[in-house]
Amino acid sequence: MDIEYNEAERAFRDEVRAFIADNLPEETSRRVKAFKGVTPEMMTAWQGALSKKGWLAVNWPVEHGGTGWSPIEKHIFEEECAEAGAPRILPFGLNMVAPVIIKFGTQAQKDHYLPRILNNEDWWAQGYSEPGAGSDLAGLKCRAERDGDHYIVNGQKTWTTLGQHANMIFVLVRTNTQVKKQEGISFLLVDMNTPGVTVRPLITLDGEHEVNEVFFDDVRVPAENLVGKENKGWTCAKYLLTFERTGIAGVGISKAALAHLKEIAAGQIVDGKPLIAHPRTAERIVDLEMELMAVEMTNLRTVSAAEAGGVPGAESSFLKIMGTEVRQKISDLYREIAGPQALPFTYLEDEPAACVDDFASPAAPTYFNLRKLSIFGGSNEIQKNIIAKAILGL
Amino acid sequence: MDFSYSDEQRMLADLVTRVVADHYAFDAREGYIASPEGHSPDVWAQFAELGLLAVPFSETAGGFDGGGAELMVVAEGLGRGLVVEPYLGRIVLAGCFLDAALDDAAKADTLEPLITGEARWALAVHEPAGRYDPYWIETTAVKNGQSWHLSGRKATVLAGDSADHLIVIARTSGDNPAQSGLSAFWVDADTAGVRRTGYTTIDGQRAAEIWLDDVAVDADALIGVEDHAGTALEYALDRGVVALCAEAAGAMEIACDLTLDYLKERKQFGVPIGSFQALQHRMVDMRMNLEKVRSLTLWAACSLDGDATERRQRLASAKTMVGTAGRKLAEEAIQLFGGMGMMDESSVAHYAKRIIMIDHYLGDANFHKDRLLGMLAEESVASASGKADRAA
Repeated sequence: MDIEYNEAERAFRDEVRAFIADNLPEETSRRVKAFKGVTPEMMTAWQGALSKKGWLAVNWPVEHGGTGWSPIEKHIFEEECAEAGAPRILPFGLNMVAPVIIKFGTQAQKDHYLPRILNNEDWWAQGYSEPGAGSDLAGLKCRAERDGDHYIVNGQKTWTTLGQHANMIFVLVRTNTQVKKQEGISFLLVDMNTPGVTVRPLITLDGEHEVNEVFFDDVRVPAENLVGKENKGWTCAKYLLTFERTGIAGVGISKAALAHLKEIAAGQIVDGKPLIAHPRTAERIVDLEMELMAVEMTNLRTVSAAEAGGVPGAESSFLKIMGTEVRQKISDLYREIAGPQALPFTYLEDEPAACVDDFASPAAPTYFNLRKLSIFGGSNEIQKNIIAKAILGL
Repeated sequence: MDFSYSDEQRMLADLVTRVVADHYAFDAREGYIASPEGHSPDVWAQFAELGLLAVPFSETAGGFDGGGAELMVVAEGLGRGLVVEPYLGRIVLAGCFLDAALDDAAKADTLEPLITGEARWALAVHEPAGRYDPYWIETTAVKNGQSWHLSGRKATVLAGDSADHLIVIARTSGDNPAQSGLSAFWVDADTAGVRRTGYTTIDGQRAAEIWLDDVAVDADALIGVEDHAGTALEYALDRGVVALCAEAAGAMEIACDLTLDYLKERKQFGVPIGSFQALQHRMVDMRMNLEKVRSLTLWAACSLDGDATERRQRLASAKTMVGTAGRKLAEEAIQLFGGMGMMDESSVAHYAKRIIMIDHYLGDANFHKDRLLGMLAEESVASASGKADRAA
């Protein structure tokens, strides 16, 4: 048993650090660490740098342009990126649709889409949830009817993250209404510039335009855009949802966030001493550090088991719950540390109000935005159902 | 990085599991607790024969040279079986203290009777006035010619009821609660002026309250160097914390298993109660608390010989987590068993008692969180002065 990185792993970490130092713009890193949003251009620039280095597709097989990294190497890479304040790599193309295309797609689909994803030519969105299909995803109603060489798609998708920037969307559609709900679903790739596709913004409680609803009105999709077999889309959907979730705990993000908050709390002088020296703030920090250590080590144990050939299955549900709970608690502490300065709602304005310290304006919006963590990707209650069934046998 | 057990670690785990399976059935354990010794001398002899009593000691001391991971493996097994042998008091605390305090030349001879299972020693540290603080020592030792005179009061001395010799920590200089200025003395438990009351704890262990009233011992009763017992004390207590956390993890695992089985067997409203989502989610929470304790225990165990700041933070975090997550898990185990969880005849009730009461040994969650808070304050001061230096 050895909890430390070996020489090769440390050398790899140094290589990652050096790359980040050379390629991550300071302004991007500063904004990420300070909980300020990054622009689509900043995201694309970072993904471009990774693509050029050949480090973008960490979950793909080598023959398609993947890195071929081991679970530990992937973990090191994710953790270093998060701690350095790199923008998150958008998962929709790279880690969602691409693995499905690699596993179930035709040669033509692989030849066309994979290089475009690697080169950041397409911005993908995810068309899974519907107003009536959230946790019960298989209850989706968006219809696709075959018409010669095309499918005609009608219906609505929702919670489409960053769909306003996307030009492609992968959609789960109902192709058979006469069978058990899981058996009538297909997986379609849709060009969002096709006539009949409408994207409307959904503004979340933090004031952000991050998610959208997407409407399909008689959208004609070429039949060759079907991935896998007709009515076998649920297999693709499940494969995608369980695919490579080593980073699901978000440990690096939490570590960076907590370190940032400690700095803020050390700089706020309240009643003659730094906020971090006040007992209740100090206790919350200590509690969160302890919780975060527990998540970090649980994550490392899972990574190490994957390295030894184990396949993380329902264990990733534990990590999703533990990781998101800690991230939410950290954002709650952020709001608390900001104090009265959390009130002015100036986060989205170009010039933040002069009455508020620079650190404080994202505090409350970040807290509210991160309520999503325990809801998306399978709500934490759904994760508990999965654990109860798959691990506990209840 | 590799978290799998080495062959030796797997062998240790198997040995403990086997002894526990053969000798620690529920009724047998009840018998050991009720016996005058409070444990099973036969099992203790087997532990010795299998080498388990040598695990935490250095090679110089004739030990297995096990690190924190090996100690963790053994203690987890003891926790799974709810073993009441005096492993913590005699081996981990008294033994590891001697291993750290003695000269290399003296170690092997001194520790041999402990490794063979013959010695019955206990480390007398904590005092009523100090609560959980091991460095708050009001017991005094005054040198008078060729002898030392010890006076004071020791509380919850683990394995102290059966000990024929006590290792008594006394303050020989400095003020409480300084770690420096402490010394350790061999005291024959039958020496005039030693009075003790032994008892069984609510979680089946044995301990004693001890009074020292002008107890005279020879000059050579001093162990190690005068005024310098504090370092060896920390060494032993750190290992004690790892052993307790690992024991808690083992006990928590079995409490989870028992509860899960019960959810599947127990029927109400015509169905197994495990089919109810409210209970399923609570069972998942129990498992999550187990994973948190396992993770932090593992980290603490593997940090015993590393950087002092990291070691202290990880040990305090693990023990705090045992106190908080362990308590939640144990309370839930009783709750999910319903009335059966309240019964003295239910093994789950005994697991719950041990898990919860482990918080009361070697510092509870509040005590260890205070340590973490102290470290945070030091870190803040250091980082502030670092910034000031850079600015200047």
